[in-house]
Amino acid sequence: MHIHKFEKIWLIFGVGALVVFLSVVGVSAFYLGNKPPSCLTTIDPKKVDTEAPFDKPGLNKVEGKEWDYELVYVASAFLYNPGEVEVPLGAKVKVIATTKDVVHGFQVAGTNINMMLEPGYVNEIVTTFDKEGEYLVVCNEYCGTGHHLMSSKIKVVK
Amino acid sequence: MSSQTTKLKVDPRDGKLAMAHFYVAFIALALGGLMGLLQTLVRSGKFELPWGIDYYQILTVHGVLMGLVLTTFFIMGFQYAAVSRTAGTHSPAARRIAWIGFWVMTLGTVMAATMVLLKEASVLYTFYAPLKAHWIFYLGLTFVIVGSWLDGAAQIMTYARWRKENPGKPSPLLSFMAIINTVMWIVATLGVASTVLFQLLPWSLGIVDTVDVLISRTLFWYFGHPLVYFWLLPAYMCWYAIIPKIIGGKIFSDSLARLSFILFLLFSIPVGFHHQLTEPGIDPAWKFLQVVLTFMVIVPSLMTAFSLFATFERYGRSKGATGLFGWFKVLPWKDARFTVPFIGMASFIPAGAGGIINASNQMNQVVHNTIWVTGHFHLTAATSVVLTFFGISYWLVPHLTGRKLTKAMNKLAIIQGWVWFIGMVFMSGAMHFQGLLGGPRRSAFSTYGDSAQALEWIPYQIAQAVGGSILFLGIILILIIFVNLAFFAPKGEEEFPVGEAENLEEKAPMIFENWKLWLGITALLILFAYTIPFIDMIQNAPPGSEGFKTWGSW
Repeated sequence: MHIHKFEKIWLIFGVGALVVFLSVVGVSAFYLGNKPPSCLTTIDPKKVDTEAPFDKPGLNKVEGKEWDYELVYVASAFLYNPGEVEVPLGAKVKVIATTKDVVHGFQVAGTNINMMLEPGYVNEIVTTFDKEGEYLVVCNEYCGTGHHLMSSKIKVVK
Repeated sequence: MSSQTTKLKVDPRDGKLAMAHFYVAFIALALGGLMGLLQTLVRSGKFELPWGIDYYQILTVHGVLMGLVLTTFFIMGFQYAAVSRTAGTHSPAARRIAWIGFWVMTLGTVMAATMVLLKEASVLYTFYAPLKAHWIFYLGLTFVIVGSWLDGAAQIMTYARWRKENPGKPSPLLSFMAIINTVMWIVATLGVASTVLFQLLPWSLGIVDTVDVLISRTLFWYFGHPLVYFWLLPAYMCWYAIIPKIIGGKIFSDSLARLSFILFLLFSIPVGFHHQLTEPGIDPAWKFLQVVLTFMVIVPSLMTAFSLFATFERYGRSKGATGLFGWFKVLPWKDARFTVPFIGMASFIPAGAGGIINASNQMNQVVHNTIWVTGHFHLTAATSVVLTFFGISYWLVPHLTGRKLTKAMNKLAIIQGWVWFIGMVFMSGAMHFQGLLGGPRRSAFSTYGDSAQALEWIPYQIAQAVGGSILFLGIILILIIFVNLAFFAPKGEEEFPVGEAENLEEKAPMIFENWKLWLGITALLILFAYTIPFIDMIQNAPPGSEGFKTWGSW
């Protein structure tokens, strides 16, 4: 099988670019710790309200961890608990969330906080809120008639 | 060579079956297109649906009709005709199986559609558990898939007969490509068939109480990514093997075309995790591994891009074009059979680049489930693929019905292509930008309690409605052309163009037809990418989920 010289150059260039892309993404994920949300903890979806940390939704100060606060959300059709929360500017926060019924999304618009919430699983992401303002949390996975009404608010305050 | 292979015309008995597929496909396009228009109008905030129709109901109709029905029916019809044209008329047995396949698919479509219309299945075309639809919906989808297997079996039978009659010879390129796509489809649909048959059907019938959500989603996405390549490969068939003939040029390299299709078979399937990058319950190392495999599939796309432009340039230079880009001007821009698929091809450049962004592991967090993704697949599937399908129809439909594409229809077809392109620039462009600002996909109009961020999205949603309206005009135009070509165009002979390789001496290596080898590697890659994560999911499974019906009834 004959491969034209120009095609060889094109493919070497293309594959080289892919290797660079993958290396950048891989180093960022595994060396710098920017892995996509992939929490492996499971939970009984029927007992969410009674199990820690979901028995206390909202912002909770924690000690002796890599983050200062845990921001706990319980999602269900078609609301998040809490519906509104204030977070101190610059705080390092671990967002922990799960769902009591169907699959929901959890996205803080204008940030990289974006994860799926699936019944039976906890999902989490660590982030630093370093810009003041009001952020909209939206459900970005279809969950039923009220899907477009499902939202919450994060106020980052000084 | 057997006498059948030299036949330039598809046998009318095969043509009839292909046309049956196209009727269903274009009816799906008409209805699905109307739903799409309504969605963009609702989301602009200026319009509300009458008579208690629910936004998510029409969204389900749009997704099922466009993503599953239009594509599957068109592809099976086209491939059935392409195999008949290049590997010889189908045998009566193969044709019978394909007819059964057609009717099973049609019955399945009607079953699923009925449940959606009755508001028993507002679960969108991805039907993620634990949203629980009526069991007839799931059974209907099963029929669509089983029917497509029968359709595929007919193509495989005719290909096998050609191979037996022509030992030691590489099969006709178009037939080879059709078989690759059929085989990929069969391997891929095993995933969705498993979740529907073993999880969702027993659960919706009440035989079991709960469903494992993550396993169901993983089986779905094992199918969901090759699904998009199943849409794309018929377009590649047209670009590689048909367009060169239409412009009067040659296929750049027959062997490389085959190699690229084999790479698609190998790397389209073990990559479903890149749709699940932000999901819990899957180890990030396995996600990254599948991201690497996903990037492999870019290689055959790069090969395709090179071949196509090489064909164009060589043709242009043979016509005396000079300079670096002189060849571009001499391409047959007045021929809809070329121009319309070309618009599709050109759209695949930004579309593919967007796809690389989506699949880039943690970068997916920026766009996951935002309307950026909707914008992405309206460039890939709804522009590159669909415009190429339209371009195919402009010669295939009259070829099968014994009619001619008239000058007037050719002109209208070119206008249709540009109308579609302009509509899509507005709609898909606005979707991409809104997605980057965080606007969610699959959502009705909402200001989210007058949130400042959500209010910023509304101008983009209005732009989408403008684009959606232009696109709907495009749908009306294509329907006019289709009906003309099927029923009213003057009688005549329209060519089924099949390209020839530039270098006829160079025979494709026979290893390309070694299915044991390629299916073996496909299986190994799938086992490598999925076995351990799957065992993890089963061993660490949480308590199952009961079903929910979170949408209203009539």
